[in-house]
Amino acid sequence: MTEFSFFIEAVLSGLMAGVMYSLVALGFVLIFKASGVFNFAQGVMALFAGLTLVGLLQGTIPFIHTNNPAFALPPWAAILVTVAVMVVLAILIERLMLRPLVNQEEIILFMATLGLAYVLEGAGDILWGSDVKVLDLGLPQGASDWMLDTFNIYVEKIEVVAAVTAGILVTVLAIFFQKTRIGRALRAVADDHQAALSVGISLSTIWIIVWSVAGIVALVAGIMWGAKSGIQFSLSLIALKALPVLILGGFTSIPGAIVGGLIIGVGEKLAEIYAGPYVGGAIENWFAYMLALVFLLFRPQGLFGEKIIERV
Amino acid sequence: MLKTLVKASAAAALALALAPALGAGTASAYEITVPSMDYRTGPYAPNGIPFANGWTDWWTLLNERDGGINGVKIKVVPCETAYNTKKGVECYEKTKNVGESGAVLYQPLSTGITYQLIPKVSKDKIPLHSMGYGRTSAANGRIFKWIFNFPATYWSQASALVKYIGEREGGMDKLKGKKIYLVYHNSAYGKEPIRTLQALAKKHGFIYRGLPVDHPGQEQKATWLQIRRERPDWILMWGWGVMNQVAIKEAASIRFPMDHFIGVWWSGSENDVKPAGAAAKGYLSGAFHAAGANFKAHKDILKYVYDRGKAVDPAFRNRVGEVLYNRGLVAAMWASEAIRTAMKIHNTKKVRGVHVRDGFENLNVDEARLKELGLEGFTIPVKVTCANHEGPGLVAVQQWDGKQWKIVSKFYEPDREVVGALIKEDSEKYAKENNIKPRDCK
Repeated sequence: MTEFSFFIEAVLSGLMAGVMYSLVALGFVLIFKASGVFNFAQGVMALFAGLTLVGLLQGTIPFIHTNNPAFALPPWAAILVTVAVMVVLAILIERLMLRPLVNQEEIILFMATLGLAYVLEGAGDILWGSDVKVLDLGLPQGASDWMLDTFNIYVEKIEVVAAVTAGILVTVLAIFFQKTRIGRALRAVADDHQAALSVGISLSTIWIIVWSVAGIVALVAGIMWGAKSGIQFSLSLIALKALPVLILGGFTSIPGAIVGGLIIGVGEKLAEIYAGPYVGGAIENWFAYMLALVFLLFRPQGLFGEKIIERV
Repeated sequence: MLKTLVKASAAAALALALAPALGAGTASAYEITVPSMDYRTGPYAPNGIPFANGWTDWWTLLNERDGGINGVKIKVVPCETAYNTKKGVECYEKTKNVGESGAVLYQPLSTGITYQLIPKVSKDKIPLHSMGYGRTSAANGRIFKWIFNFPATYWSQASALVKYIGEREGGMDKLKGKKIYLVYHNSAYGKEPIRTLQALAKKHGFIYRGLPVDHPGQEQKATWLQIRRERPDWILMWGWGVMNQVAIKEAASIRFPMDHFIGVWWSGSENDVKPAGAAAKGYLSGAFHAAGANFKAHKDILKYVYDRGKAVDPAFRNRVGEVLYNRGLVAAMWASEAIRTAMKIHNTKKVRGVHVRDGFENLNVDEARLKELGLEGFTIPVKVTCANHEGPGLVAVQQWDGKQWKIVSKFYEPDREVVGALIKEDSEKYAKENNIKPRDCK
């Protein structure tokens, strides 16, 4: 393997990993864009969605944690039921958490999502158990033999699937936000809650929709990450991977989440491979945050975020 | 009305005054407190749960089948550490004085927590058994009076695994020029074998390189790209939790031969290989006990613990015998034997931590005793002495055949020359730093 082809392989791997980070970051962006809330529970939502999906696929009896094949659903039905569960969860979050906190400071809402993360993690544990669950949706696994045998370049098939999925998701979300009536209402709420309410837009409906969409995005992220390592509680920590992506791409931009993910993915891989050996290695995590901090110095709103205008 | 109130108050006061006396009349029997430092939540819960179940089920078995140890019941006090060092120390403080006996021993299942507890247990006079983990140089009983790490340490394991590699390569002299890489959890635990491997690389002439992976290890692509480029002959792994599953999958993806990939015994459970599916077949790991539930003790656990509804986690029934369950069980078995030994040495049933330490130091669980315990052929005989808290130091290699773990090698003796020198150097440095005068163990 030549040094150049290794470099190409490292860049490609970084891009693919970046897409995986973007999938998580997208959920954050959706909620922040529509309500100004930084949803700390997004990572746990991915875990909760993943646990529910595997539970339905394996026919796990909630609370008892034993599998009964008679209750196992086929993949398409399990995905649909999980989507329904995430919608119900969005309704509950709106009714029990967001509605009583209308007009509160953003930091209060942020703290509420912090609590939500703990509640969901505990609920997932009680309902489905804490053991590692194998997610078998028939997604392709392992390295692409064609890439490996033809170009001697290592690319994981699941990451290619994630890249395609992310592309479809971004397109659908862009159309949803720009072209549909609900999308325009979402943007109106994001711009000004009071003004949106005054023209008859229902804040609670919008919040339910946006949390439902974020729940579905969390399910997609949970499937992609879960296919790599099994569904387990460390999945909730993938949120930490999304933070530098958000800082870099901007909290309100969907394309920003993608571009930010790609830059972080490539940056951390190259840093680990080329700079890591000189400083003892394991620099991937902090390098991503350092890169994000450098961006913060020059563009506090991120690459694609809305420009911060302070009126004095 | 007033009269009724006065009467009621008087009755209540009388009842309160008599309560202690009545209580004294039905005083509860002496119980031995054994803390269970669990981690059933958090990212490492999938590994913490089977261990905690095996650990607790063994004590429940003794209580249910035998009425405790020599008639003294064991009170298991669980405390959730979430594999977090700070919480682990809190658990220690919370549990050390529970019950009449106080905590008689600790098994923290975390190298980080172990390091923090070493000075505390030494001061509070409670033995700590870091079974196959923790501070390796605690094997020197002359300096670490309260710490035990039998049946083997990380350094012995690293050395035994290199011996296994040497045997597979056709002799230790064949290791010269070979590349042996270590993929490790970037923590106190993961860094433990580095010094030994560096010393062994110097002795046998193999090329060593360490590749750290940050917590929790969900993303390791950069590590495996480097491995793919440099093609080491063998990979050793000191991983824990999701890091293991991702590493095994990545190794399979880059077509690294699984039978040249060896995990530490904390990287060799069903949890680690199942997510990788068929790709994990052939993967190896260190071991000091068997997997499976085909032992008399396991049958007793199902009969006396699960069938009676006394299990701490009833849904675990079908998983009894998994590697980490058996690890918790063997830890509890040795601890219970230390308590039994302490009772015999001190001729008392009311043992406390200070007595159980002596029990650990005089522990001798030989093959005959293992048979009596219903664990014939389950693990190696263990004999601990004043000077040697590591015990036998023997390590075998087990292999995942796609369905179950099986021990596929003999038990290897570590390179005593290399490991012994490192233990001596590190423990003496610790003694100097902490002003400890080594004990005379003659």
